[in-house]
Amino acid sequence: MTDAGFVIAAYGVIVGGLALYTLNLWRRLRAVGRDDRAP
Amino acid sequence: MKTRVLGVAALLAVAAATFVALAVVPADLNQGDAQRIMYPHVASAWLAYLSFGVTALGGIAWLWKRDLRYDAVALAGAEIGVMFTAFAIWGGMMWGRPVWGVFWQWEDPRLTTTALLLALYVGYLLLRRLTDDPERRATRAAIVGVVAAVDIPIVHFSVEWWRGLHQTATIASPDRVLDPAAPMAFVGTLLGMLGAFTLAWAYLMIRRYQLARAELARQERVRVELLAAAR
Repeated sequence: MTDAGFVIAAYGVIVGGLALYTLNLWRRLRAVGRDDRAP
Repeated sequence: MKTRVLGVAALLAVAAATFVALAVVPADLNQGDAQRIMYPHVASAWLAYLSFGVTALGGIAWLWKRDLRYDAVALAGAEIGVMFTAFAIWGGMMWGRPVWGVFWQWEDPRLTTTALLLALYVGYLLLRRLTDDPERRATRAAIVGVVAAVDIPIVHFSVEWWRGLHQTATIASPDRVLDPAAPMAFVGTLLGMLGAFTLAWAYLMIRRYQLARAELARQERVRVELLAAAR
């Protein structure tokens, strides 16, 4: 693998992971809010 | 609303810092493009320290004040810290392979103590699942969180105390920020990435804390309902 490949792999996982975790957190917060509103 | 603004600011900052690190700042003369991995790698490592420091402080505050809000802070720090530690390890591996010739070396004290840090806080998160009693869970977690934090200075100073593959600290002390060994363009890019990631960290900490509080409230409500049904 070239240097550029390692750079893409590093940034892809770190920045992509940060985005995925944020989305997952939003989903979990929404799910808790939905449960709270359930009768 | 303020948290949402913080989230948008963090998103823009991370996008800008990533663009600068990948496309604006020049490649290192010796390491080439691989050195660009240093920016998110160091930022992730810093936030891992910060997160686990918060977990330890939250644990101490819980043991002292017996307020479950502190346990929620500790939990947020641990979960986010595990993520940033994994990012730091991954970034280090991707940087290490082209520069050192290996992804990993168990003989290196920095690598091994960082892996131990990750294992300790994954254990912290698993331990929290062993009981549904919030107070017992908080006490057990606080003790583990405080003891595990002993590894933070060991990780940080491992490059000074022992010989290994890993380089010494990128910014050794605050007074070297304006007089760095590296070119200012590299240091400025690193500080920009540190700032952007720290904004993202602050946003995620607030949201994870809110989630922990909401989950605790739901658990308490279910417990009260079960007690009422039993009567």
